[in-house]
Amino acid sequence: MDVVLLSRLQFAATTMFHFLFVPLTLGLSILVAWMETRYARTGDEVYLRMTKFWGKIFLINFAVGVVTGITLEFQFGTNWSQYSAYVGDIFGSLLAIEATAAFFLESTFIGIWIFGWKRLSAKAHAAVMWMVAIAGNASAIWILIANAWMQHPVGYTLRESFGGQRAEITDFMAVITQKFAWLTIMHTLAASIVLACFFVMGISAWHLLKKQHEEVFTRSFRMALVPGLIFSIFVAVQGDFHAVDVAHSQPAKMAAMEFHWETQPNAPSYIFAWPDPEAEKNSIEIGKIPGMLSFLIHHDFSTPVTGLKDFPKDERPPIAIVGMAFRVMVALGAYFIIACSIGWFFRKRLQEKPWYLKMMLWSIPLPYIATQAGWIVTEVGRQPWIVYGLMKTSDAVSPVSTGQVGASFVGFIVVYGLLGLAGFTMIAKKAMKGPDLPEETKA
Amino acid sequence: MELQVIWFFLWGLLWAAYFMTDGFDLGVGALYPFLGRDETDKRKMINAIGPLWDGNEVWLITAGGVTFAAFPLVYATMFSSLYTPLMFILFGLIIRGVSFEFRGLSENRLWKKTWDTCIFVGSVTPAILFGVAFANIFMGIPIDGKGIFHGNLFTLLNPYGIMGGLLFLLLFMHHGALWLCIRTKEGLQERSIHTAKVLWPVMLVVLAVFVISSWFYTDLYANYLVTPLLFAVPLLAVAAFAGARIFLAKGKFFPAWGMSSAGIVATTFFGIIGLFPNLFPSSLSPEYSLNLMNSSSSPLTLTIMLWVVVIIVPLVIAYQSWAYYIFRFKVEEEDFTY
Repeated sequence: MDVVLLSRLQFAATTMFHFLFVPLTLGLSILVAWMETRYARTGDEVYLRMTKFWGKIFLINFAVGVVTGITLEFQFGTNWSQYSAYVGDIFGSLLAIEATAAFFLESTFIGIWIFGWKRLSAKAHAAVMWMVAIAGNASAIWILIANAWMQHPVGYTLRESFGGQRAEITDFMAVITQKFAWLTIMHTLAASIVLACFFVMGISAWHLLKKQHEEVFTRSFRMALVPGLIFSIFVAVQGDFHAVDVAHSQPAKMAAMEFHWETQPNAPSYIFAWPDPEAEKNSIEIGKIPGMLSFLIHHDFSTPVTGLKDFPKDERPPIAIVGMAFRVMVALGAYFIIACSIGWFFRKRLQEKPWYLKMMLWSIPLPYIATQAGWIVTEVGRQPWIVYGLMKTSDAVSPVSTGQVGASFVGFIVVYGLLGLAGFTMIAKKAMKGPDLPEETKA
Repeated sequence: MELQVIWFFLWGLLWAAYFMTDGFDLGVGALYPFLGRDETDKRKMINAIGPLWDGNEVWLITAGGVTFAAFPLVYATMFSSLYTPLMFILFGLIIRGVSFEFRGLSENRLWKKTWDTCIFVGSVTPAILFGVAFANIFMGIPIDGKGIFHGNLFTLLNPYGIMGGLLFLLLFMHHGALWLCIRTKEGLQERSIHTAKVLWPVMLVVLAVFVISSWFYTDLYANYLVTPLLFAVPLLAVAAFAGARIFLAKGKFFPAWGMSSAGIVATTFFGIIGLFPNLFPSSLSPEYSLNLMNSSSSPLTLTIMLWVVVIIVPLVIAYQSWAYYIFRFKVEEEDFTY
């Protein structure tokens, strides 16, 4: 294997592993802060037990998320040094701002939250959790702005510098306010809330099925149901706007998402298809809806949509992966709305509907699959570019040896594998054990 | 003053801040199997750094991020040529970070022992390797005109590099022992005081040997010879460490730790000043060296980032100081959150 492929695999594996933990951190921090606020305002012990129980799960998840995030920043330097030199002026500053303006806040306040139960008043302690939640989400916003610049570079100029070309910033405001970034941010943050809500509902369902800690878990379930419903609808509607924007800013990605080969008016969409990149057509096409793609993108059935054949062969993303991931994401997105709507209908008599509780328990992994699929569409869909239209991934790699990357990749697989195993086992154990009894909570 | 010069020293200052803050966390981790004799002591040691280590580690992320933003070519060359040691540092920091959390949740003794080992290994490895890396940067790294590294991990493990690693480990262990004096009492505190006293002369001898061998191994002294006033900085380091010992003898632990902090910052700046204007010198030829002019970002980026730093870093220092203030008390058994 060559260095480019190994480095890509390593980066993909470490990022996707990191993102198994990030969305829960983002969404659950808000829910825990909300629970703790209710405790601080009402003094109701049940809210304290909820805060402690979900807070503990949050912390295990946070620990793994945080340590796996560190490696990502450094991999740009270790594995993608040509990229780093090319875009450091813009991309590097966004990462640095993230660390300075958001990550510091999150990391410092999480320490205060964990160890400050006895040192702070209930209200101050709840405020600390809000700081963690806000800082965590702010941190995600900066990272997503940086990622959006790779997807849709703006506000820069290319200059000769130190014997090579690089992108230099010309308009900072354009970089941080661009539409692509904010569409991604809304989509990702809302999806994180959906994931956290399904997580809370799923674990609550498990306890409700066993008829234990019913007060804690009916409240938890209902507290997650409302944002779960609102945001699963929001993600779907907003995702549509996002896709329309992608069609304009990254037409090759859109064509891959839809297995769309020929530039044509009245462009169709398929329920299912399978591409044959060699023959430049689809080998399987099921459920053709004529004009649907044109309508979705241009809101008009006849406007032509650019097909894959309009791009040189070496500028097309891996079509099968992108298209399948897109379908998985969309199908699951639809499922989330349905699942939450059913819950809303039964919200007052959840215990009487064990089939629904079972369904929600088994739904826990689904938002994880959906968010991973979303990132596959975004990142694999951008290939072969590392910066869309500007720099190819193959030109971005470090001048390091295959052996070094191979060894570190094996190291990552071993360390992350054990970390994932330990982390998920502990989350599951803690989740199944349930909250502490009332007298144990007051530590 | 030119933007690049300001950024050069900010770059040095961020690394110094990282060594000063996470230094005592790593030091406590390195002392952990020796001072943590029973379960209560171990938990006290973890709780002594527990509320703060995460925030401290962000100084590393910021130092890395700022290198990326202000000197992208240095960032690219530094981390790709130091690939292997950096990976070991990252793995160390990863297993250490989760161990604090995982240990508290493990009830099984075998698991607890595993996480104990991870805390130790995950603290010692980064401490040593940061020293090895910086000593090698002071010496110059075998990089060519394209930033390609001609060497391997063993190139870095030369006598001077190893001395740097040993020096960092000792500085951090001493720093960590002083922190434990602040946050513990009775048996554990007495042992920490004793440890700090034993480590102190060893640390100073290694520091002296390192500073003297820098004359033979590196070009750090060139700037000092041009401006002899700069010798104040290494002298300041020695004075600070002397102060740390005096305060320790008087039982004034917080000032002693403060002095140790100043000593670590001054030691870092001994190297940073010697490097100037280079950030990443090449040992193959001076013309391949990366300096503050040939590797910096555009003036606009440097200006934007300067505003970010000027506005936000004081805020960071303010709320981190508040966190230090909240957790200034002695760790009691009833404080065990885990």
